[in-house]
Amino acid sequence: MPEATVPAEGVRVGVAAGADGRRRVSVCAGTACVFAGSMKIHEAFAAEIAAAGLQDQVEVGIIGCHGLCSQGPLAVVSDGDTYYPRLKLKDVKTVVEEHLLGGQVVDKLLYVDPATGERIACARDIPFYKAQTRIALRDVGVIDPESLDEYLARGGYEAARKALTTMTPEQIREEILDSGLRGRGGAGFPTGMKWKFAAASPGDVKYIICNGDEGDPGAFMDASIMDGDPHAVLEGMLIGSYAIGAHEGYIYVRAEYPLAVKRLRLAIAAAEERGLLGDDALGSGWSFHLKIKEGAGAFVCGEETALIASIEGKRGMPRTRPPFPAASGLWGKPTNINNVETWANVPWIVANGAAAYAAYGNDTCKGTKAFSLAGKIVNGGLAEVPMGSTLRHVIFDVGGGIKDGKKFKAVQLGGPSGGCVPASLLDTPVDYESLAATGAIVGSGGMVVADDTTCMVDLARYFLQFTQNESCGKCVPCRLGTKRMLEILERITAGEGEEGDVERLESMALNIKRTSLCGLGQTAPNPVLTTIRYFRDEYLAHIDDRRCPALSCEALIAYTIDPDACTGCTLCAKKCPVEAATGEKKQPHTIDQGLCIRCDACRVACKFDAVKIVSGPEEIAAAVRAQHT
Amino acid sequence: MPRREATPAPADAAGAAPEPDVDLSRVAELVAEIDPRSNLIALLQRAQDAYGYLPEPVVDEIARLSGIPASRLYGIITFYAQFTTVPTGRHKCFVCHGTACHVAGATRITEALEQELLVADGETRADREVGLDSVACMGACSQAPVMRIDDETYGNLSADETRKIARKLLAQIAAEQGGGSDA
Repeated sequence: MPEATVPAEGVRVGVAAGADGRRRVSVCAGTACVFAGSMKIHEAFAAEIAAAGLQDQVEVGIIGCHGLCSQGPLAVVSDGDTYYPRLKLKDVKTVVEEHLLGGQVVDKLLYVDPATGERIACARDIPFYKAQTRIALRDVGVIDPESLDEYLARGGYEAARKALTTMTPEQIREEILDSGLRGRGGAGFPTGMKWKFAAASPGDVKYIICNGDEGDPGAFMDASIMDGDPHAVLEGMLIGSYAIGAHEGYIYVRAEYPLAVKRLRLAIAAAEERGLLGDDALGSGWSFHLKIKEGAGAFVCGEETALIASIEGKRGMPRTRPPFPAASGLWGKPTNINNVETWANVPWIVANGAAAYAAYGNDTCKGTKAFSLAGKIVNGGLAEVPMGSTLRHVIFDVGGGIKDGKKFKAVQLGGPSGGCVPASLLDTPVDYESLAATGAIVGSGGMVVADDTTCMVDLARYFLQFTQNESCGKCVPCRLGTKRMLEILERITAGEGEEGDVERLESMALNIKRTSLCGLGQTAPNPVLTTIRYFRDEYLAHIDDRRCPALSCEALIAYTIDPDACTGCTLCAKKCPVEAATGEKKQPHTIDQGLCIRCDACRVACKFDAVKIVSGPEEIAAAVRAQHT
Repeated sequence: MPRREATPAPADAAGAAPEPDVDLSRVAELVAEIDPRSNLIALLQRAQDAYGYLPEPVVDEIARLSGIPASRLYGIITFYAQFTTVPTGRHKCFVCHGTACHVAGATRITEALEQELLVADGETRADREVGLDSVACMGACSQAPVMRIDDETYGNLSADETRKIARKLLAQIAAEQGGGSDA
């Protein structure tokens, strides 16, 4: 297996200082932090700073996703890049009074390294950030995404200036080809090659498109780039337009990303106003106009021919290729489509040279890849590592391992098109070829970590339900095949599996892969195939023993109370929404199996670990009997 | 899950759906503003923003003004999950069912809301006060499970916490209705 390149430098996380060197408090306004309440934290900072009379010395700003989403809501103070995670409203006053006014870092609010128990003040020193190499995410979480000046202050649009004024289109295409950059949307096709095809296609009118239809559930890298550093995408596209010979471009953004649409619109308007985009971009004589198209909620539109149909105002259904978009794409003209992360890498490559980019990665895959880490992982968030790093590095060094001291079971890569990789393959390098060999894919970069409470059959059912629902219906294998597979999986998780179901699933999966029209159908069976490959026992336990080993499938489990552990505190009875948990004060309680809706409320509430989940007909019968002894 | 079925409007006893009373003047403005030939989806999005949903008279008017057959318009409307031909609830609840939320128990969040708010997933309550829907991924995976009610977002939810939030919403609706009848 190819060796991973050791990152030459750590990540650059440090927020920009305010205008005229003023100090600044940057509050993370990434999606997860907003859900955790960061906008209220932002308001509180503004109010407390004004109350302390500091408004002339300290400004309050926002930044795009800072990365460590599980620590949100968080803020970074520009002097010393002091990192304050998990802020509560009452903490804001403390930070303003002790740090901003008193000049003392507030020790008790600092990040605590779960491995060592040590408090860490500076974001750069936190292991999660130290273990990364950020190229596509270079400015995400560093600058205010709504400020063109901050992007310019970090060398923004210098790469475009270099490309448009000192390089020929052919030189740029060669540079991208030499860098080894491959499509970051998941397919991994060499970007420079794609550009060459589109440039070589005959015709005066050509288009370039940015695919921002990031639809994989559990993936949010592209969203973070679009709403955290929109100018990086614009600059990449400007360079690409010149290299390919396209005067018009589109950014197709998923309907569910209103913040990305807003920030991209602001960025385009600001860049046009300063002459960085539009006619005579950067005074180079080159003209490039960029428009935004909002999706309307259809996962299949991430497929390039479906995306083109959607931009044309049609139903987003894919068509057979060839002709490829490079020959006949949008409105029948040569068209080049790249994903958000791919475009965001382009300015860095042009500024630093192909060799600098190719220095990262391994033999087959160069550069870096952004991943979103989610599920049962300690450091949930956004991370970028060199291609060829092992899954172990990403999940344990960057991700900090598994939550609540549980055991790693599998990582799901690439969403509904991808697969599950088990613990035995944790040393697989993250690159297109190595991951394909496991049955999973790099995909767009979503990684969802599962522990032993995650049922792999249910996870496969979940993904198939997703793809089945999103199947456009054009070709039969995908429309009907995924439906039939889903019905089988629903039966299995409902405890009604039959002998031969696993083999039936395998045979249908292979046929659907072979005969579907587009990538959606061709990859839809992957989650099923990989879970059967690595967790066949779990399927058989559901079918043969009517038992869910992860204690997760509702039809196969029961909640019971262990009379030896129960103290009769009555909390479960209070929390039970259907009066299934009952009992006398200070006497062991019981759960009525006929009434229980398996909502988990009693187990979460119990302080004595007395509520047990059991699975399997005999185990359930025994536990129910024990309740009444 | 994310795709909403285009449920036909309930037919009355005579078999014909009652025509909603809709002011169509906004349609003409929108068609003049946005070229239906090159920007059809954006036009439908703006029309839905203006009316809250896409009632039949609005779609017919777009067809008449643009010359695009209504059948083609419905082809698009029923393809994309964002469009709806039935009115949505005054309060909108969205539960995230992305992968991270799924493994963190999103199903239990949806069930808790269904039970408290008396509305099935993907539907709007008969009084049109509350609608409940599942969405694919909101991108807030580290706060899973998450949901959104109107403009308010909630993370790290438990079923119990969700029930409390739902009851607060019901109290708010009752207060609004009480206020309305007094006025």
